[in-house]
Amino acid sequence: MTTSARDEVLRRIRTALGRTGGAAPQPSPVPRDYRTSLGQEPGAPGLLDLLVDRLVDYKATVHRCAPDAVGATVAAALAARGARRLAAPSGLPAGWLAAADVETVTDGAAQDGGALPVATLDAVDGVVTGCAVAVAQTGTIVLDSSPDCGRRALTLVPDYHLIVVRADQVVGSVPEALPRLDPDRPLTWVSGPSATSDIELDRVEGVHGPRTLVVVLVEG
Amino acid sequence: MTTFLGMPGLPVATERGTLRGPDTFPVAARRALADTQLRKNLGHATSTIRAKRARVVGELDDWEELRAAGAAIKADVMARLPELLVQLEENVTARGGHVHWARDADEANRIVLDLVRAAGTPDDPVTSVVKVKSMATQEIGLNEALAEAGIAAVETDLAELIVQLSDDTPSHILVPAIHRNRAEIRQIFLDHMPDVDPGLTDEPRVLAMAARAYLRRTFLAARVAVSGANFAIAETGTLAVVESEGNGRMCLTLPQTLVTVMGIEKLLPTWRDLEVFLQLLPRSSTGERMNPYTSMWTGAPRTSDGAPDGPQEFHLVLLDNGRTATLADEAGRQALHCIRCSACLNVCPVYERTGGHAYGSVYPGPIGAVLTPQLAGMHGHGADAPAGGDPVDSLPYASSLCGACFDACPVRIDIPSMLVHLRAKHVETAQAQRRVPGLPASAENAAMSAAAWVMQDAGRFSFAERGLQLGRLLARDGRIRSLPPPLSAWTTSRDVPAPPAETFRKWWARTRGDRS
Repeated sequence: MTTSARDEVLRRIRTALGRTGGAAPQPSPVPRDYRTSLGQEPGAPGLLDLLVDRLVDYKATVHRCAPDAVGATVAAALAARGARRLAAPSGLPAGWLAAADVETVTDGAAQDGGALPVATLDAVDGVVTGCAVAVAQTGTIVLDSSPDCGRRALTLVPDYHLIVVRADQVVGSVPEALPRLDPDRPLTWVSGPSATSDIELDRVEGVHGPRTLVVVLVEG
Repeated sequence: MTTFLGMPGLPVATERGTLRGPDTFPVAARRALADTQLRKNLGHATSTIRAKRARVVGELDDWEELRAAGAAIKADVMARLPELLVQLEENVTARGGHVHWARDADEANRIVLDLVRAAGTPDDPVTSVVKVKSMATQEIGLNEALAEAGIAAVETDLAELIVQLSDDTPSHILVPAIHRNRAEIRQIFLDHMPDVDPGLTDEPRVLAMAARAYLRRTFLAARVAVSGANFAIAETGTLAVVESEGNGRMCLTLPQTLVTVMGIEKLLPTWRDLEVFLQLLPRSSTGERMNPYTSMWTGAPRTSDGAPDGPQEFHLVLLDNGRTATLADEAGRQALHCIRCSACLNVCPVYERTGGHAYGSVYPGPIGAVLTPQLAGMHGHGADAPAGGDPVDSLPYASSLCGACFDACPVRIDIPSMLVHLRAKHVETAQAQRRVPGLPASAENAAMSAAAWVMQDAGRFSFAERGLQLGRLLARDGRIRSLPPPLSAWTTSRDVPAPPAETFRKWWARTRGDRS
């Protein structure tokens, strides 16, 4: 009988480590002397300013607004873009598109025929979603496939992505973001529009993912 | 019977793949150095990326603490590798994924090919797959293996596409087309990209848009994707791919079947460990605070509502291909800590001048010079060593040992010490292979024995010093550029400083002699 590749590879590793049997070693302690927090509560004004600075640096467009002005701010951004037909996830809060003069197709909704085909996503003018968490220090927004984020294809195929970020979703650093995320969910960490540095290491924004990223930051 | 200098019983990588180049490093480097356009392109690109990296690393006052944590996590991974791999397998399987194990390149290629075939039907076979840039699949020569079976592998990363269209090979871990400038890329697109706009300019933005248009239809229709992985979390079964363009998201999201090929060393034990590596990797590689897109998925991914979200056929191929042989060398196993950021390439004075092709391996630069010989094995002077020397054997010597790579490495891999270790291993084994009783084993040994004899006696040493003074006759501007054989072996690639007019011993005697 031939040994399975699995058994063979595991045997080779044990041989290489000089382990001939017995229990596995205990995990070695890891020195975690780095910063695990920027020391500010989620949504602190300093964090919001930092997030905006980092988003703009990576060529996202940012609009800040009060909670009662989300609909108007989204509507104005979509009007400026000239977007007529939009895709949205099934759990998008009702007010966000209420003021916008657009036709909406909802992914996964029975009246729109369930999951939207890729061709439909390719034909819409953009997509509006919420997010799970935003990281101020790196200018990152994380989508987690919850009802207001939608599945991953929804925020990938359209060329324009507008994300509404609530202040209480904004944390300081990467170590503060991870405990707020569920590893069982598919996650997309977005830092600016798609980009490439493959030609002479010059950064060019906009390749295969959405070429335009607009963030509406809801304060207060 | 091969005489690779690996650990007994642990096989190195199979010859299939792209670890062993056709020429030794000195031969290939000389050719590269003669290409002035290449040197200009490399100089521009590496200085740009060095400045970007320095700026974003400087923003973090806890960078050294992050590096220390990264090094410790990777050391822990190696110590517990069997248990962590089994844990990863359990978690991937529990969430609807499938795990395969491959001893070498051939086995991995066969597994991927079978999976691609299984994704089609007799009436509607899969004839092409989309690929997101992956070092592991380059290492095993997957594209070539698929092509032999009639399946086209379409590289979707812009730089990989440039390399693939021009039938070239990658020359950098992160930016495989770093050796090409914008004018050359424009010409490659005009010559090889179907339906390209003939009015294409060499603006990077215009070139990127041409790639977008070219690949879009392919992405939207793809049924099978092949990827690598930057990280796999044992504790959760989560895979992560870090990228910029969105081609990775396209591959990881739209097809029905996803096959991920990953080296067994790419593990991280816990979800929390990502807090270290998601800070170290982007800043070290592209010099960004965070790369534009990072995708994470676990098994066959589902939304919070339970709807399918991305490929529901997910296969993870765990690859050995010489990694266990590398792990067996305590002084060399640190090479497996590498997270493929390429910071060491960008700071290396040798890489900056020769570029990646001179290394002959898919892993070039300082990390390649320590990883490739361990994965692929060195020949020494064994009976099966290629004529003119084994190209892989020459790699540990492709360094000035300046140490810049160690300083730049986000996980503190001590590349210079490993280079010295591999040189010693190479020399020792080569000596053992051709030792004749009673004779010095090599020119190095003969020279060292002679030097020891001279230095044991003050009179002999003083006599030798007087001989050295003759060297001044050969020098111009304080340098000796060529010596007669056998000393020419040294001066073909290096200058020797002219001996001083006065030796230290003479100077001491003249100025302090009265005090001794």
